[in-house]
Amino acid sequence: MTVEARLGTVANYVDERTGGAAWMKKNLQKVFPDHWSFLLGEVALYSFVILLLSGTFLTFWFDPSQREVIYEGSYEPLEGIKMSAAYASALHISFEVRGGLLMRQIHHWAALIFMAAIVAHMMRVFFTGAFRKPREGNWILGIGLLTLGIVEGFLGYSLPDDLLSGTGVRIAEAIIQALPVVGSYLAYFAFGGAFPGEAFIPRIYTVHVLLLPGAFLALITAHLMLVWYQKHTQYPGPGRTEKNVVGYPLMPTYMAKAGGFFFIVFGVTAFLAAVASINPIWLYGPYTPGQISAGSQPDWYMGWLDGLVRMAPPIETQAFGHTISWNILLPGLIIPGILFTGMALYPFIESWITGDKREHHLLDRPRNAPNRTALGAMSLTFVMVTLINGGNDIIATHFDLSINQIMWGTRFGVFLLPPLAFVITKRLCLSLQRADRDLVLHGRETGTLLRLPHGEFVEVHEPISPEKAYFLTSHEQAPALELPEVDGHGVKRAHALRNKLRARMSVANAEAVPKVSLNELKEIEHH
Amino acid sequence: MKRLSRYRRHKAAAPLLLFFALLTVGATFSVASATTSAETTAADRSVQIEEGRQIFLKGCSSCHGLNAEGAQIAPSLIGVGAASVDFQVGTGRMPLAEMSAQAMRKDPIYNAEETAALAAYVATLAPGPAIPAESSLNFERDGSTAEGGELFRNNCAMCHNFAGQGGALSQGKYAPTLMGVEPKHIYEAMVTGPQSMPVFSDKTITNEEKISIIKWIKAAESEPNLGGASLGRVGPVTEGLLGWVLGLGMLIGVAVWLAMKAR
Amino acid sequence: MSNEIEAIQDPGLPAHVHRKADTDPAAANRAERQVAILFGISALGTVLLIVSYIFIPDDLFIFIPVMGNQNAHQLGLGLGMAISLFFIGMGAIHWAKTLMPDTEVVAQRHELRSPDSDRKDFVDAVKSGAGAAGLGRRSLIKRSLGAALGLSALSPLLLLRDLGPLPGKELEKTTWKSGTYLVTDPGNRRIKDSDLEVGAVAQVLPEIADPEHRKLNDIAKDAVLLIRLRPQEFNLEADKLAMTHDGIIAFSKICSHMGCAVALYEQQTKHLLCPCHQSTFDVTRGAKVIFGPSARPLPQLDITIDNKGYLVARQPFSEPVGPSFWERNSQ
Repeated sequence: MTVEARLGTVANYVDERTGGAAWMKKNLQKVFPDHWSFLLGEVALYSFVILLLSGTFLTFWFDPSQREVIYEGSYEPLEGIKMSAAYASALHISFEVRGGLLMRQIHHWAALIFMAAIVAHMMRVFFTGAFRKPREGNWILGIGLLTLGIVEGFLGYSLPDDLLSGTGVRIAEAIIQALPVVGSYLAYFAFGGAFPGEAFIPRIYTVHVLLLPGAFLALITAHLMLVWYQKHTQYPGPGRTEKNVVGYPLMPTYMAKAGGFFFIVFGVTAFLAAVASINPIWLYGPYTPGQISAGSQPDWYMGWLDGLVRMAPPIETQAFGHTISWNILLPGLIIPGILFTGMALYPFIESWITGDKREHHLLDRPRNAPNRTALGAMSLTFVMVTLINGGNDIIATHFDLSINQIMWGTRFGVFLLPPLAFVITKRLCLSLQRADRDLVLHGRETGTLLRLPHGEFVEVHEPISPEKAYFLTSHEQAPALELPEVDGHGVKRAHALRNKLRARMSVANAEAVPKVSLNELKEIEHH
Repeated sequence: MKRLSRYRRHKAAAPLLLFFALLTVGATFSVASATTSAETTAADRSVQIEEGRQIFLKGCSSCHGLNAEGAQIAPSLIGVGAASVDFQVGTGRMPLAEMSAQAMRKDPIYNAEETAALAAYVATLAPGPAIPAESSLNFERDGSTAEGGELFRNNCAMCHNFAGQGGALSQGKYAPTLMGVEPKHIYEAMVTGPQSMPVFSDKTITNEEKISIIKWIKAAESEPNLGGASLGRVGPVTEGLLGWVLGLGMLIGVAVWLAMKAR
Repeated sequence: MSNEIEAIQDPGLPAHVHRKADTDPAAANRAERQVAILFGISALGTVLLIVSYIFIPDDLFIFIPVMGNQNAHQLGLGLGMAISLFFIGMGAIHWAKTLMPDTEVVAQRHELRSPDSDRKDFVDAVKSGAGAAGLGRRSLIKRSLGAALGLSALSPLLLLRDLGPLPGKELEKTTWKSGTYLVTDPGNRRIKDSDLEVGAVAQVLPEIADPEHRKLNDIAKDAVLLIRLRPQEFNLEADKLAMTHDGIIAFSKICSHMGCAVALYEQQTKHLLCPCHQSTFDVTRGAKVIFGPSARPLPQLDITIDNKGYLVARQPFSEPVGPSFWERNSQ
């Protein structure tokens, strides 16, 4: 058979116009390493697709208008009530459009899973050191996606203009208004006048449906292209080096598994939407600024922000006829700004501490980077404490506690618990390193006791396989940076303070239990 | 008897005897005390009031004072009206089980007759809100659900939550859930303002408006959850928890299976 | 520690372990059947979706353990969709795991850094191209280009000016004026002081000409909470006490922190609690902040009664209501 015949008419047609066969051949054979933790990013990607699909469905019925209407739909408890057209159309989708409520719920559950997957994926990337060179740019893209996701989610659940989300919009307006000098102007421009006005929902609709999805598509494409081109990282192990990728080819194995996983994510999201009620806007009622519900919270990915705002000290500066609300700016903008900037710059901070400028394609086991792992645990603790305070009234009613106690507890906890988590985690990592070392030197404890002729009881240890021994010792243990205060000619180096700080951090970062070397292993064999 | 006495030194003998003794004492007590709660057949008001006074002296005066004048630990009941008593005793909040941040709803100690007697007695101390008549609380016939919802969201949701599930107040106090509460107790609470709850007098929220509120609460209570199981009707906190635990949890489970080598 | 620390050698990729389906044709056929069954379940799910959509009425409720009464139509739609999607995935993954090749393949990574010759060529290309453009030499072009581009960037900013009006003094004004009657919300009925008992609250708004068409923008600043205490319970300065009437005190309901409605009144402690961030205000001391992040007390409305006993405002709020802003000047 000729090559053309084997190629098939369609493929031939495309190749004659694009020259695609060569490119396809190379990429269909591309190797992808296989580990469950590499699927977290995929959950986020597929959730994004689900959001696009379910969201498009909703746009066919949703009316993004704050024009006042009288409700005439089928939900009796709201009959004759004044509400915005946006809220009324969301009710219409929920009650009169067949499959409408299901799609609303799929959309909202997909958003929650999207954000959860982004955070879980970010933690995996962080704890395994996958952000190191050459992937610093991809890390920054990821932080950008996280930030955009938070904004997109907030705007999305604010569209139905119900009492809960409207309260959230009120709080957002207060943050804008609190900005020094330009606050009241920006707030009036955003809302087309005073709050709530009639311009906000239509405008955030454009942002939520057009601008941000466009930004997402661009960032996600760049993010995936980098992964594709730089090749995915892999966990260390026998046969895996910095110069290879071990895994399965795209076609057919990876395509089937990854493609199948899309249906899994969609299926699980639809399952949640089928069995668990989410965002029952008809129970909240339409938004009006004179009403509020007890236990008002934003969605979980903003809960930490709410917790920060709740625990903020009540400080405002009033001077020379002007007011600066530190109690709003600090928890709402300044602290999150510092956190996210720090997160984005972390790859550069770490390479500054370690002085490591090489490419890394093998991942770290978290225990082998104790400082980094402890830092990650510290950040997670911070988020958990603020998250708990964000839900303090719900926690108080369900566990018979006092919101005042929880608030004071988290006010202190947010300072005391993260450093504690750092210390505990670092010590845990070093202990695990010690356990690894013991495993390599002495083998696995079998639990079988042996009585020696002279009466001593010993436990039989089974030596571990060479694959496992390699896995436990293949990591790098770089020494701390040498930054002497004076150089070879006795001249004092510039940036003395910065170098001192860097040296200190480098020493702390390099703390590790020395791994077993071949010599030590050989020595032990003569035991 | 001889056969039984053979087991007198058995190690189970003592616990078994104790068990039977307790059973006997308990049974005797409940039989004996049952006879004291006599069936009052309405009619004689002064008999009811006197009975109420007796119950008051026995069960309430230790905190509220012999003449219901109040003390350090309990407020005065003079002028609170029959409605207050019917609410507090009828929902089991009074007598207080323990001195906590606030009185909890629990199984009432006193039955309907005793509660009525107590209410009648307290009503004589000074004029106060009366127990609403059954006929005036016909929320199925009267009132408007939609208007009740508006009133509820304006006046009640800020403490009791948008669906009447309850909410937190300061210092460990809470606004309780409104689910499973009798209509007359809802009415009495609005009128008497128990503990932290403010008073909603009939001039600011009229009688018809109060019926509408009750109608809406009952509608919310009986309304099934349309989109699936309710997660407590408390909003995004439980939703986020489920998203992580069930959503991401199931997905990670499948991912682990996906990456495992097949047998 | 010796200077020559020799690391443990890499034993190479472990030997490939064959799956049952690789060697045993019966096992392979069994796997194929399993995949087909999984796809079949998916098809059943789609059938359930279609049947629910067309045939199950949307007012039918069935009881499911743990979940309670569920709407059959919604449940059928949702479960149908979930099953139809989920099992396609399960089938595909099971097929990949059992039947598709699972021998690990090794591919080489290439150093991402370009070869030196390519880098040199790149630098040369840029240099010659930039040289041809002449930017370096012709500074007039460079400067005028910068000026033109910079100026053109101003136009989109200018075009956004009509997004909204300037705030002016609007943030400082509400509908409340001297002589404005207090009316119930909802209901729009005037309130007499005798309508409120001690311990009572009322949600109020200012009386306007067309109460049926009250604007949300106005409610966002006008909402007021009326509370009645015993006059001796107040702990206020003389000027604030004069703004009350016989134990009745009125506060802006819009939280001075971030604008949520502060309507949660605890009758026994006489505290107002805002549910958004738990700012707590002491009514006896003029809504002074005693807990939480709010930095200012709630503005108090000066009230009195008219000759028929109806409550009226004596003057507008003496300070802006709601959250703070840069121009807010606290006297």
